[in-house]
Amino acid sequence: MKRGPDYVTHAVLILGVLLFALPVWLILAGATQDSDAIARGELSLLPDPSGLGIYARVLFAGAPGSQPVWHMLLVSTGMALAIAVGKIVISVLSAYAVVFFRFPFRQLAFWAIFITLMLPVEVRIIPTYAVMAGFGLINTFTGLWLPLIASATATLLFRQVFTAIPDELVEAARMDGAGPLRFLRDIALPVSAANVAALFVILFVYGWNQYLWPLLVATDPRLDTIVIGIVKLIGVENQTDWGAVMATATLALVPPVIVVLLMQRWFVAGLTEGEK
Amino acid sequence: MATLELQGLRKSFGETEVLRRIDLTLADGEMLVIVGASGCGKSTLLRLVAGLESPTEGRILLDGTDVAARDPAERDIAMVFQNYALYPHMTVFDNMAYGLRIRGLSRDAIRQRVDEAAGLLGLGELLQRKPRQLSGGQRQRVAMGRAIVREPKLFLFDEPLSNLDAKLRVQMRAEIRRLQRRLGVTSLYVTHDQVEAMTLGDRLLVLHNGHPAQLATPIEVFEQPADTYVAGFIGAPAMNFLDATLTESGRAARLAVGPVLRFPDGPRPGPEGRRLTIGIRPEHLALAAQGLPLAVELVEPLGSESLIHGHLQGGVPLVVKHPGHAPGGETVQVALLPEHMHVFDHETGRRLPPIGAETGAPRLVAAGSDQ
Ligand SMILES: Nc1ncnc2c1ncn2[C@@H]1O[C@H](COP(=O)(O)OP(=O)(O)OP(=O)(O)O)[C@@H](O)[C@H]1O
Ligand SMILES: [Mg+2]
Repeated sequence: MKRGPDYVTHAVLILGVLLFALPVWLILAGATQDSDAIARGELSLLPDPSGLGIYARVLFAGAPGSQPVWHMLLVSTGMALAIAVGKIVISVLSAYAVVFFRFPFRQLAFWAIFITLMLPVEVRIIPTYAVMAGFGLINTFTGLWLPLIASATATLLFRQVFTAIPDELVEAARMDGAGPLRFLRDIALPVSAANVAALFVILFVYGWNQYLWPLLVATDPRLDTIVIGIVKLIGVENQTDWGAVMATATLALVPPVIVVLLMQRWFVAGLTEGEK
Repeated sequence: MATLELQGLRKSFGETEVLRRIDLTLADGEMLVIVGASGCGKSTLLRLVAGLESPTEGRILLDGTDVAARDPAERDIAMVFQNYALYPHMTVFDNMAYGLRIRGLSRDAIRQRVDEAAGLLGLGELLQRKPRQLSGGQRQRVAMGRAIVREPKLFLFDEPLSNLDAKLRVQMRAEIRRLQRRLGVTSLYVTHDQVEAMTLGDRLLVLHNGHPAQLATPIEVFEQPADTYVAGFIGAPAMNFLDATLTESGRAARLAVGPVLRFPDGPRPGPEGRRLTIGIRPEHLALAAQGLPLAVELVEPLGSESLIHGHLQGGVPLVVKHPGHAPGGETVQVALLPEHMHVFDHETGRRLPPIGAETGAPRLVAAGSDQ
């Protein structure tokens, strides 16, 4: 069927893009404007070029009374990476065990993992805090990510991925002499590369957005994540420096965007190279 | 290169018995083809030999040593899977080299073996491609290559050609046979394809519900099927079966549809009136001026010959393979050629050889220990 440009489709798409991009543009532009004007609600769509210095200021010096943004970004990136990698390692290993090995209580183990899906972080936050306190991990970087790396969702996802690997492939590898760890490294993981990449993106963003747990476990300002930093900036209503808040928020977008862009390439490569 | 011996091999999955007592011996370099209907346990048999499943009972001897306790990788057996089971993320070279790397061969040795196998299979140009960049036939060849480079004692093929189109299948069939002869590797080949069953193996094992129905050379299986199951399974179109009774003191059979056929090869044992099943292949029926009237239902022209499907009186179905074009008309006259008929006992379905000729009857697996 031959058709001209589909105006309706394009209009809807453009509207969607605007809807998503406008708030981002607003904080990008807003950061450069006079804080008092913003507080009065006079937000212009055009950035004020003379106010661009705000970005450098928050990045290296930080708003008064808070950590410099680069430090908070570092903490956040470290935490999000640790959470994403930790979750993937743990869920790959547990899904691998559940799918490829026959052992007593296998089903029980699987259902135990499955049921924890129903329990959000908030429910177990008090006992988790107690455990972390027992380990002496309060106010440490390790304490920030360690309790968050168990993931029922990712385990389930990898279980599906591994179940989809044809039996014949597993058997061919067995006949080639690949032991369990070698099979995982040489075949199961490369074949699932696209899923690993996709999950990494999701989990990184999940880790990046953590708020409640870091707030609870780390009171030391040097362990402030970027999310906590932003909230702290807003703290006192009438003297909030909105320019600094917006600049910080804009900078907080950068690492997740980089991760998405980097992984996108991987992700597509994984999709086109893997064939199942 | 090795001999393979299966002794009293049985396999059950829970309550269901999939294989019941398989005994068989493969000579060095022999190729045995296993045929049978879907679900009769062919793949299970291969997987037992490969070590991917463990037998419920019985022994598997490779070169005289029991390999039951060994891992698949330690048995020195290579398997070609129906869906090829190539590693999708590896190049053709790596697919073939993977098993060798795990065995710790040197880089040079690996390269040499892979190059050699690639040359043998005409894969030289394709070594750097990924499986998804290959055609079905090429993938098939890579799967073969992966088995060859291992230089195993035994090849196992599980319907390796069933995913290929007809033309490629013919070509690969010849190629597999050629390769197997040339390399002289003892092989088990599973198929449900008639032609592969007839042409590929030195001997043929027909499995029926996990039972070995017959083990003999393909020609023997075709000419002297051990029972009605084998007779109906081997040969296309399938053999016609007609009910009959023994008559003339065992010298002839009276067909339920009328005529009396004298046995050309001697009398059959049993009382007058013993119930028989007479088998006649479609190609051993001829259109004649006088014979049994066949009500024609369908004519399938195959070019050089025609298949005529119809009913004898009483609704007995019959297929005739007629060289050339079938004559028109609603009924044709069919002559039965007694020299080609097969006689089976009606109750058991077993072949009924002439008196005094039992020794010449097709050997059954349990008795067949020809080495
Ligand atoms: N792991 C298993 N658990 C239970 N039953 C099984 C298992 N594997 C096979 N079977 C059963 O054993 C029987 C034989 O299976 P098998 O795969 O050997 O058949 P096959 O002869 O190879 O058939 P096909 O020609 O369709 O490949 C089937 O009825 C199947 O359902
Ligand atoms: Mg099978």
